[in-house]
Amino acid sequence: MTREVLEQYSLVSLYSAIVVLTLAMLGFIVYLARSAAAAPRDAVEPARADVLVGAGGPAVHRSPDGPGDDAASASGLVKARKAAGPARMLTGLATLLVGVSILFRGLSVHRPPLGNLHEFVAAASFVLLLSFCLWGLKRNVDWLGAFVTAPVLLMLGSATTFWYTEAAQLMPSLKSGWLVIHVTVATISVGVFTLAAMVGLAYLLVDRAEARGGGAPGRLAGLRRVLPPAPELERLSYGLHVIAFPLWTFTLIAGAIWARQAWASYWNWDPKEVWTFVIWVVYAAYLHARATTGISRQKATYIALAGFACIIINYSIVNMYFVGQHSYSGV
Amino acid sequence: MTAQSARIQQPSLGPLGWARWAWRNLTSMRTALLLLLLLAVAALPGSIWPQRSINPTRTSDYIARHPTMGPILDRLGFFEVYATPWFSAIYLLLLISLIGCVLPRTRIHLRHLRGRPPRVPARLDRLPAYAERDLDADPDVALASVKAALGRRYRVDVRDGHTLAAESGYAKETGNLLFHTALIGVIVGVAVGHVWGWKGDVIVPVGGSFSDTAINYDTLDPGPRVDTAKLPPFTLTLDRFDASFEDRVGGGQFGQPRDFSAYLRTTDSPGAPEQSHVLKVNHPVEMSGAAIFLLGNGYAADVTVKDSRGKVVYTGPTVFLARDNNYTSSGAIKVPGAQPKELGFFGNLLPTGVITQDQGPISIFPDARDPKMALGLYEGELNPGGLSGSVYTLNTKEMTQVKDTNGEPLRIWIAPGETVQLPGDRGSITFNKVVRWAGLSIRHDPAKDLTLWSSLLALAGLIASLLIRRRRVFARVEALPAGGSRVRLGALAKGDDSGLQDYLDRLAAGLPSR
Ligand code: HEM
Repeated sequence: MTREVLEQYSLVSLYSAIVVLTLAMLGFIVYLARSAAAAPRDAVEPARADVLVGAGGPAVHRSPDGPGDDAASASGLVKARKAAGPARMLTGLATLLVGVSILFRGLSVHRPPLGNLHEFVAAASFVLLLSFCLWGLKRNVDWLGAFVTAPVLLMLGSATTFWYTEAAQLMPSLKSGWLVIHVTVATISVGVFTLAAMVGLAYLLVDRAEARGGGAPGRLAGLRRVLPPAPELERLSYGLHVIAFPLWTFTLIAGAIWARQAWASYWNWDPKEVWTFVIWVVYAAYLHARATTGISRQKATYIALAGFACIIINYSIVNMYFVGQHSYSGV
Repeated sequence: MTAQSARIQQPSLGPLGWARWAWRNLTSMRTALLLLLLLAVAALPGSIWPQRSINPTRTSDYIARHPTMGPILDRLGFFEVYATPWFSAIYLLLLISLIGCVLPRTRIHLRHLRGRPPRVPARLDRLPAYAERDLDADPDVALASVKAALGRRYRVDVRDGHTLAAESGYAKETGNLLFHTALIGVIVGVAVGHVWGWKGDVIVPVGGSFSDTAINYDTLDPGPRVDTAKLPPFTLTLDRFDASFEDRVGGGQFGQPRDFSAYLRTTDSPGAPEQSHVLKVNHPVEMSGAAIFLLGNGYAADVTVKDSRGKVVYTGPTVFLARDNNYTSSGAIKVPGAQPKELGFFGNLLPTGVITQDQGPISIFPDARDPKMALGLYEGELNPGGLSGSVYTLNTKEMTQVKDTNGEPLRIWIAPGETVQLPGDRGSITFNKVVRWAGLSIRHDPAKDLTLWSSLLALAGLIASLLIRRRRVFARVEALPAGGSRVRLGALAKGDDSGLQDYLDRLAAGLPSR
C-alpha cells in the first residue's frame, strides 16, 4: 500500500471514530439526564445507598436499589442504565478506531506518529479513551462518560480540521529518540490531566449542588444524584493529578535534554518551553495548595483547572501563533 | 507570670522579632504557593512578546512598529523577562523560601528517623481507621502476631506488653525533601551555567577552518564571569557538508529539509592529534571544554573580482543568509581593494534561481540545482567613518548606485562559471561556484550535569513523595475475662489514604486466632 492510501485509511478511521464517539456521548448524556430526572423530586436526603464504597482508590458507584427509592425513580434508573450500556460499547469501538488510525498513520510515515500536532492530539485522545475504557472494566464509571467523550470529540474534531497535517517525514531537528520519549510521555500526561480536570469539574458541580442543599431544583441537584459525592470526586481528581504530574515533570526534563541536543542549550525560553514550565508550576501550586492547611479543596481545584486551561492554550494558541523553535506543529 | 513571658507577649516586636516574623512568613506554605503562582504569571510575557536574548531583530522590529507601547514595555523589561529584577526577585524569594523550608524539615525528619514512633493515643476508635478482633491467644502472643503481621515495612515499637506503635513510609518525607533539595540544585545549576557558561556562533564555509578564540566568532555571548581570553584552544575544519531535501512533489512537504551532515576535523589543542566527526542536527560533537552544535546552514558565493587591468582585487567564498525555506539568500560582496572607488555588490544568491513577475528573482527549491546570483552594484565608501557595519548588507550612505549603459541601475544575473564585465572601467566579476556553509554554535555550560542530575533526583523524590503512603498503626491488646484477648487497631495516615480502613480490616482479619 502506498503512503497516500495508508494516510487515507488513517483519516477515514478517525472520522469513523468521531461519528461513533458522538453517538457514545449522546448515550452518556441521556444516561446522566435520565438518572438525574429519575431522582426523587423532594430529594431531601437522597438514598445514599447508591454511592460509594471507597475501597482502595476510585469511587465505586453502585446503582441505587435501596429501599428508599420509589418505583417511578427505580424504573427511570433502569431506563437510564439502558442508555449507558451502548454508550460504553460505542466508546470502546471509538477507542479501537482511534488506535487503528494512529497505526495507519505510523505505517504511512515510517516513524512513531508523534511528529506534529495532529498526531499528538490523536494520540492524547487515544490515551484518554483507553484509560477510561480500562477503568470502566474495573468499576462503573458511566457517570464520567460524558465528561470524557465531549473533550475527546473536541480534540479529534480539531485534529482533523485546523490542526490537520499531511503525513510526512520529520525535520532533521525532530529526528531524535528524545522526541519520541518526550512526546509520548507528554501525550500520556495530557490524557491523564484531561481526565483529572474533568473529574475536578464534576467535583465543583456536585459540590455546588450539595452546598445548595437537597431542596434545590434543577439539573445541578440531579447531577448530585448520579455522580459520586463531592469529597470522593475531589480525591479522585487529586489521585489522577498525582499520576499526571510526575509524567509532566519527566516531559519537561526530557524536553530539556532534547533541546540541548538540538539547539545547544537545554533551556531557551521558547514560547513552548515557557508554557510547559508554566503548566508545571501551576500544577505544583495545585499540589501545594492541597497540602496547605487553610486552603479549601475548592480553591485548590480551581488552581488545577487553571493548569488545564494552560494546557489547552499551550496546544492551541501557542502552537499556532507564537513564533518559536517548536515549529513542529506543522500547521 | 514571669517578667520574661510578659515581655514576649508585648505587641511590639523589635528588629529581631520582625526578622523572625518575616522569615516565618517567607518560609510558610502559603507564601510558597503565592510565589509559585506569581512565577507562573511572570513567566508568561516572555512567550507573548519577542525576547531580545532570543531574537534581537524581531524585538527591535516590534519596538519600531509600536512607537508608544514599545519603549514603555521595554522599560518594564517585557523584552527581557527572564533577566528582569521582578522575575529574578520572585525566583530568588522562592529559593530562599525553599531553603528555609527544607532545612528545618530535614532536621525534624532526621529526628523522626532516629526516634521512636509516637505514643499510642488513648482512644484508638477516634482515629480515622479503626478495627478490632477477639483472638484466642494470650495478650502478649496477640501483640507479637500484630507485629509480625505488620511486616518489615513498619518500624514497630512494642511498648509495655499490651500496646504497640508502628510507622511506615518514612521514604515519603525523604522523597519530598529530596525533591525540594534537588530543586535547589536545579536553580543553582541554572545560575552557574548562566554566570560561567558561554556560547558563540560562527559560520564556516566548506573548506574553511575555525580556531576557538573570541575574535573568530560572529557572535559570542559569555557569562558575566567568563574570561574570553581563556577559551579552550581547539580548532576545526569543515571538509564537506551534505544536505538533502524532500523532492517528492505533493504531500505538502516539498522542499522540507530531511538531513544535514557536516564532516569535521578537529584538534583539541594546537599539535594534538586530529579527529574526524560527522556533525548532525541533534548529534553534537563534544570537545574538551565545549560542545559543537549544528544549528544552521546556507550558501556562500565563491567569486573573484578583478580590476580593469585584470588584477584580482577580491576572491573567496562570501556568505549569504537564507531568507526563506527555499534558501533565497541575501548578502553583500564588499571589495575595498577596488580602484578608483570601493565597490559593493548586494543582492541574492539563489540555489535554484528563477526570475518571477511579481517577486523578482527568487529560489524555488532549497537544493543547489540551478544556482544564480542577482546582484546590484554600488561604489563609494564602504565603511564611512571607519565603522564597519553588518557584513551581509551595504551601508550605502556614502555610496552611489552604478548604472548600466541605458542609465538604469545595473542588474547582474550570473551563474557559476560565468563572468560579467562591469560598465565603465570597473573590471569584472566571476561567479566561480556555490559552496555550502555550516552555522555552528559552540557552547560551554559548566553546570549542565549538576542541573541534569538534580532534575532527575527531583523526579525520583517527587515520585516517592507522591506515591509512598505514610501510615501509623497503633495496637492495644487486653485480656478478655473468658480467656483470649481483644486486639484494638487504630491507624492514621498523612494526607489522603482512602485504603487505610481497608488495610486495617485486612490486617485484623489476617491475625492468627491462636
Ligand atoms: C520551587 C518551588 C517549589 C515547588 C515547585 C514545589 C513543589 C511541590 C510539590 C509538587 C509538592 C507535592 C508533593 C506531595 O504532595 O507530596 C510539594 C510538597 C510540599 N512542599 Fe513544595 N514546592 C516548592 C517550594 C516549597 C517551599 C518554598 C516550601 C516551604 C514552605 C515547600 C513545602 C512543601 C511541603 C511541606 C510539602 C509537603 C506537602 C504534603 O504532602 O504534606 N515547598 N511541593
